[in-house]
Amino acid sequence: MGAGHHHQIYRAGDTLVHRLPPQCKLAAVAAFALVVVATPREWFWAFGLYALLLAAVAVAARVPALSVLRRMVIEIPFVVFAVALPFIGFGERVSLLGLSLSAEGLWSAWNILAKATLGVVASVLLASTTEPRLMLLGAQRLRLPPLLVQIAMFMLRYLDVIVDEMRRMRVARESRGFTARDVRHIPVVARSAGALFIRSYERGERVHLAMLSRGYSGSMPIIQDLSASARQWLVAGMLPGAALVALLGTWGLAL
Amino acid sequence: MHVPDGFFNVAVSISAGAVAAAGVAVCLRGARRELDDRTAPMAGLVAAFIFAVQMLNFPVAAGTSGHLLGGTLAAILVGPYTAVLCMAVVLLVQGFFFADGGLTALGVNITLMGIVAVVVGWTVFRLITRSTRSRGVVVAASFVAALVSVPAAALAFTLLFWVGGTAPIEVGTVAAAMGGVHVLIGVGEGLITAVTVSTVLAVRPDLVYGARGLAAPLVLRGADGDATVVRQAPAGTPAQRTSARNSAEVEAGAGAGAGARVRAQAGSRRLGWFLPVGIAVAALLAGAVSFYASSSPDGLERVAEDKGFIGHATDHALAGQPLADYGEVGGIPVGVAGLIGVVVTLVVGAALFFAVRRLAGRHASEDEVSA
Amino acid sequence: MTPSLEVSRLAYAYPDGTQALFGVDFEIGRGERVALLGPNGAGKTTLVMHLNGILTAGHGTVTVAGLPVSKGSLREIRRRVGLVFQDPDDQLFMPTVREDVAFGPANLGIGGEELERRVKGALERVGMLETIDRPPHHLSFGQRRRVAVATVLAMEPEILVLDEPSSNLDPASRRELADVLRSLDVTVLMVTHDLPYALELCDRALILSGGTIAADGPTGEILSDAELLAAHRLELPYGFAPPRPGHPS
Repeated sequence: MGAGHHHQIYRAGDTLVHRLPPQCKLAAVAAFALVVVATPREWFWAFGLYALLLAAVAVAARVPALSVLRRMVIEIPFVVFAVALPFIGFGERVSLLGLSLSAEGLWSAWNILAKATLGVVASVLLASTTEPRLMLLGAQRLRLPPLLVQIAMFMLRYLDVIVDEMRRMRVARESRGFTARDVRHIPVVARSAGALFIRSYERGERVHLAMLSRGYSGSMPIIQDLSASARQWLVAGMLPGAALVALLGTWGLAL
Repeated sequence: MHVPDGFFNVAVSISAGAVAAAGVAVCLRGARRELDDRTAPMAGLVAAFIFAVQMLNFPVAAGTSGHLLGGTLAAILVGPYTAVLCMAVVLLVQGFFFADGGLTALGVNITLMGIVAVVVGWTVFRLITRSTRSRGVVVAASFVAALVSVPAAALAFTLLFWVGGTAPIEVGTVAAAMGGVHVLIGVGEGLITAVTVSTVLAVRPDLVYGARGLAAPLVLRGADGDATVVRQAPAGTPAQRTSARNSAEVEAGAGAGAGARVRAQAGSRRLGWFLPVGIAVAALLAGAVSFYASSSPDGLERVAEDKGFIGHATDHALAGQPLADYGEVGGIPVGVAGLIGVVVTLVVGAALFFAVRRLAGRHASEDEVSA
Repeated sequence: MTPSLEVSRLAYAYPDGTQALFGVDFEIGRGERVALLGPNGAGKTTLVMHLNGILTAGHGTVTVAGLPVSKGSLREIRRRVGLVFQDPDDQLFMPTVREDVAFGPANLGIGGEELERRVKGALERVGMLETIDRPPHHLSFGQRRRVAVATVLAMEPEILVLDEPSSNLDPASRRELADVLRSLDVTVLMVTHDLPYALELCDRALILSGGTIAADGPTGEILSDAELLAAHRLELPYGFAPPRPGHPS
């Protein structure tokens, strides 16, 4: 959470991954994330395989490593937390590089770092290869409640408009010599927030009127039909499928 | 505060997902009642607004800054059901479109920031404004409600962490660290929420869901001089409030609605719903914890079995912490600690509630005349 | 021939009691282009909202191509009256241009091939076909204006009602829009402060002032009557010579 991450991750392209129907990609990435989180932290091989799988997807989608790395910045607070774990964790201590570290803490740090990183990379790859509106249509096909999808659609459509208005208010404040530095300045910023809410709400009303004027009667009309073939589901399923195979394989080896 | 993948174990992630899904389902129906066929565009715009204001960061203490959560603000402005939907949509979009927050942690994130924050904030708000509903009280209630909602969410996080967190830190430490910072963040959240609500109240009081019925009622004078007071409707039908560019041309009838739909009774009915639910959610999280802890294969159970822990407690950097001790013995004391945490929050909230109520009682008559 | 639009003794008061329209009467024939002029606060936008049933009159009637506006006829009325708002962002609420233009006809139950044909046809008429798959916020303001016009054209309306169509447009966009409006084969009612634009595109002008129609005549005549204009807070822009009576354009 924080400023600046509202820039779209989507990168246009025409690769196999880009062409997969969105519902397949959504389901595949969610399933993959689940397999990753369910993996016991001791099974290093499994994690290595997961990383390779994601690399393969990145190559297939022609997403440059740099753009993925840039979006991983979002992870930093938890990286800091994970790094601190061996120092503040309880339990048996081991000696590593002359430092007394918690064994449990080390394991836990690895656990969080590995799973969080794999999760973020998978999300970034999904967002890089799927247009936002297609993502919403895919979610709808996966039975996400239509009202929720519609709310998300309007939100995405007007996000830039609202954020721009907020930015303009900040410019107006700063042009008059104001910068928020401490708690006393909160009320000024909050007043802009109030004005922004009114503007957003009134815009929502005008949008509703525009919809009424074009015949809207309460439910959104179906404009585009998105269906996936069995073959496309199979292709998308390769990611979580391979991850599952890796998981079970490592389990088999461990036995 | 968006939790990533791997921070919680699978059991908690999935259970929280179920709670989140159920909560959102309930609110889908409730929101339609709040906004009828305007729900999609209105909630979408409000969600965009929340996303935007979450980017506001305010200084909390030396060096640290906090971000606005917005759950209580949304509930006060557009009603609790719509607020939960908006928060859920914001979190879903942040997870899928901006890779902010783990996909498997969506259940946890939505439960904490969408449901707990909104339910706690709205409950506190309604408790305070139940009897007195003047502008001043609404603003004060906004402050207290938002203030309490942040540490409440942090407390819920701590409880979830104790149940299925994958990091070996005593719950007490987590509670202390989270609680401290989040009370400070709560102050900032409270301030921003209160001032924002106050600003909207000054310009468009009909847009504040939590202040319905606040506008001076219209008086109709009959031919023989008798006067009847018309009950105010909440934010009226869209037709009556067309806000055109040339606002001078179209006058938005302040707060009036053509058909006086009396919402006051519905409001208190809704409060009745939220109060037991709010307490139940908190108690469930605290109580269910004990049940879960015993069946949890890793985390505190395993550590508690490790006899070496007690001996090494003194090596621990935070061993001096008053709350660190209760983590020694797994099981009952920790469960009690969880419940104590909930009780503490409620006591703090209640104390503030009574304080504001007393103030409200003093100013009630003056404020209602000037509203 | 049935007039495109008939407004008869229309009166309306806001919920707080302020009366905005005190009996508005006028008729617009098929194929006419009419400008609606008037000072701020005259009630022009309020009047326009009655034309497609968003506001319900307290008194009087609105009839569109013979069909009176009533609760039961709203769906057909909203097909016949294509209302283009002042802020295109309020009107382009779908993720892509294609979906925005398709929204109207899709609500009428049109789908498949026919829908595709209408969408492409409407965009072609405003000269915006190449933007069909782009998100609206990637277009310039003038382009968004034109796409907004396309969104109502796709419903094949009887009358196109535009609220301040030339506001905030740069000169080139203004001209492009004027070309588009001239090329269309629909009745046009244009609410505007832009008097030269009104003169350029509309043969007839109405002045709405104080809640009633204060003037109704050929645009050239109305704009040459300085007293009439002044009485209703209208002025010709600096450097614009009033048209001589008898030479309307």
